[in-house]
Amino acid sequence: MQIYRQIEKQTWQPGDEQGGSDEQASRQQDEPAETSRSINGHQRAVKMNFFEKASEDSKNRRIAGASEYRKSLISGYGISEFNEVTKSRHNKSAVNEYKKAAAGKIRRFDFRTLLPALSASLTLAVHLLVPQSSSYTFKALPYFTVVLTAIIVITVIAAVCCIFSGKLRERYAYKSLFFAVFMLLLNVLNIVTLKLVLLQPIYFPSPDRILKVFVDDWEFMLKCLGHSLRLLASGYFIGAAAGFATGILVGWSKKWSYWINPLVRIIGPIPSTAWVPIALVSLPTTFSASVFLISLAVWFPTTVLTSSGISNVRMSYLEVSDTLGAKTFHKIFRVAIPSAMPMVFIGLFNGAGASFITLMTAEMMGVKYGIGWYINWQRDMLSYANVYAGLIVIAVTFYLIITLMFRIRDRILVWQKGVIKW
Amino acid sequence: MVNSAPTGSIRAENIRKTFEQPDGQKVTALDNVNLEIRAGEFVSLIGPSGCGKSTFLRLLAGLAVPDSGQLTLDSVPITSAGYERCLVFQDPTLFPWLTIYENVAFGLKVRHLHRERKTEIRDFIRLVGLEGFEKAYPHQLSGGMAQRAALARALVNHPKVLLLDEPFGALDAFTRMNMQDELLRIWKERSTTMVMVTHDVDEAIYLSDRIIVMSPRPARIEKIIPVAIGRPRDRDLPDFLQLRARILQILHFAGNRDEIQYYL
Repeated sequence: MQIYRQIEKQTWQPGDEQGGSDEQASRQQDEPAETSRSINGHQRAVKMNFFEKASEDSKNRRIAGASEYRKSLISGYGISEFNEVTKSRHNKSAVNEYKKAAAGKIRRFDFRTLLPALSASLTLAVHLLVPQSSSYTFKALPYFTVVLTAIIVITVIAAVCCIFSGKLRERYAYKSLFFAVFMLLLNVLNIVTLKLVLLQPIYFPSPDRILKVFVDDWEFMLKCLGHSLRLLASGYFIGAAAGFATGILVGWSKKWSYWINPLVRIIGPIPSTAWVPIALVSLPTTFSASVFLISLAVWFPTTVLTSSGISNVRMSYLEVSDTLGAKTFHKIFRVAIPSAMPMVFIGLFNGAGASFITLMTAEMMGVKYGIGWYINWQRDMLSYANVYAGLIVIAVTFYLIITLMFRIRDRILVWQKGVIKW
Repeated sequence: MVNSAPTGSIRAENIRKTFEQPDGQKVTALDNVNLEIRAGEFVSLIGPSGCGKSTFLRLLAGLAVPDSGQLTLDSVPITSAGYERCLVFQDPTLFPWLTIYENVAFGLKVRHLHRERKTEIRDFIRLVGLEGFEKAYPHQLSGGMAQRAALARALVNHPKVLLLDEPFGALDAFTRMNMQDELLRIWKERSTTMVMVTHDVDEAIYLSDRIIVMSPRPARIEKIIPVAIGRPRDRDLPDFLQLRARILQILHFAGNRDEIQYYL
């Protein structure tokens, strides 16, 4: 009774947040009156359970208004309950907004949005005004100036746009510090390599010279990139498909697991690059050998994680589908596989990482025209600017591939939001 | 569905089920269980935890096979799981990757009936009061709503028998009372045979035609108590309270026959 009464008070008293020891004392005085009211037996008990829920929830959603929540419960906890959940979330953010505004934190203009432009301007100023080292003479190149000017224009436009859109301002202001520091690093790099020449200029070219490679050599680099992507895609898809299939077989069927699992365990951990000698001898072309190596690299993590995802499907899901009349086919394709998808994606991501490594190794070992081959070739010719340009191309490409995969995963695993936190 | 003769009668004869423990010892979960459930009857199984109630329900569902004895549904032996005997667990176990509509439609989909029975699926979603949530995912629902969705998922297959394994055990008291009333409403509307395992004596009395009290290991049927209280039942009536006291007494007795297991 005591507990119930306190809970009831918590819900009904509007100002319980200010409650200190004084209020507790006054509550104790109230008690006799409360007791006389609370001898209503059964109905009362029902009501109390109901208040208990209301009060518990209202603690979490005080902003949404406990009384409103209670009303929604009374009206039958169907749609109203659901709406309340979404509404209170919405309200919370609205209240936060309001609080910020009250504290004077919301302005139409955020100084931070100007930081990237300022930092880029500083870099440009240093580049144009500081004289070059006298010990080496470089041909003057316009590329760094052009790129910096473009960056300044873009960042200024972005800062102006931020004045009009609050959402953009919030996001851009958050990222701006990173952009600014990145520009600062470029500045340092430029000073070290071009202005002071503290490092060997052959191995550490200035940003200007790296940009020049993109301008002069972009066609050939694109061709190399195309070759790399073709190789990567063929290897990755073969490996992923094979790994997915093996994973399902091993994860689902004991018989398959008995025969294939030892094989996976023995072959899998061998780094795929260790197969190079065998692959080169046993496959007709270096291209097919590389495809084989890449797919082997993808196959192992995909198999292991798919099979563990499938074999760890909650037994109750399978039992429920059994009692709903599902046959083995449905249990595999409608229950086990969807439920294993989060694990499968982890396997595919690991496989992607392994495939990048193998791709580079394969290209360095003899495949013609690939971005890894390009880097290796340029290194032999001591054109390190081209090596860096190649590295940048690789970084950007792989970043885009990984981002794309994450997008696909988010699309497919939309049901997972709120189930598993990454 | 209008049936000329009510179906869904269950007969259990000399059911025996043992489990082997990791150390090789055999534990008898059910021993010599004989039971007959009429079509359209609401029966509750009640007993101390670990007494094999759930095992019996799993045998009925076809998820496990008895060591000896025979189970029949409408005189046909139960050999495997099937949609005519749907099981609702304590945990809703909705498939988290499917929306509520797809979850409810699952049973029909695996039988390739979901296209022709679209309206029926929607009817059942409405029946359990989840209209408007067809496109929601299970994690967006509260416990009670998810359990109602699980109920709809089972009912849409028109099971002859609905097996309920502590279906409301995880719900708060208020939601549970509501769900009990809803279950009664559905039962009246569809006259499905209901077999429910529960720990809650009040729930058993409130819902059932007969209450089967089971003894702990090896589980046997201790007593079958018909509930002769007119519906709708009031939990405060003297008849109700008397029956409650009697069942509690039996359970207490059953628990202490061999030795006192717990002192509180």
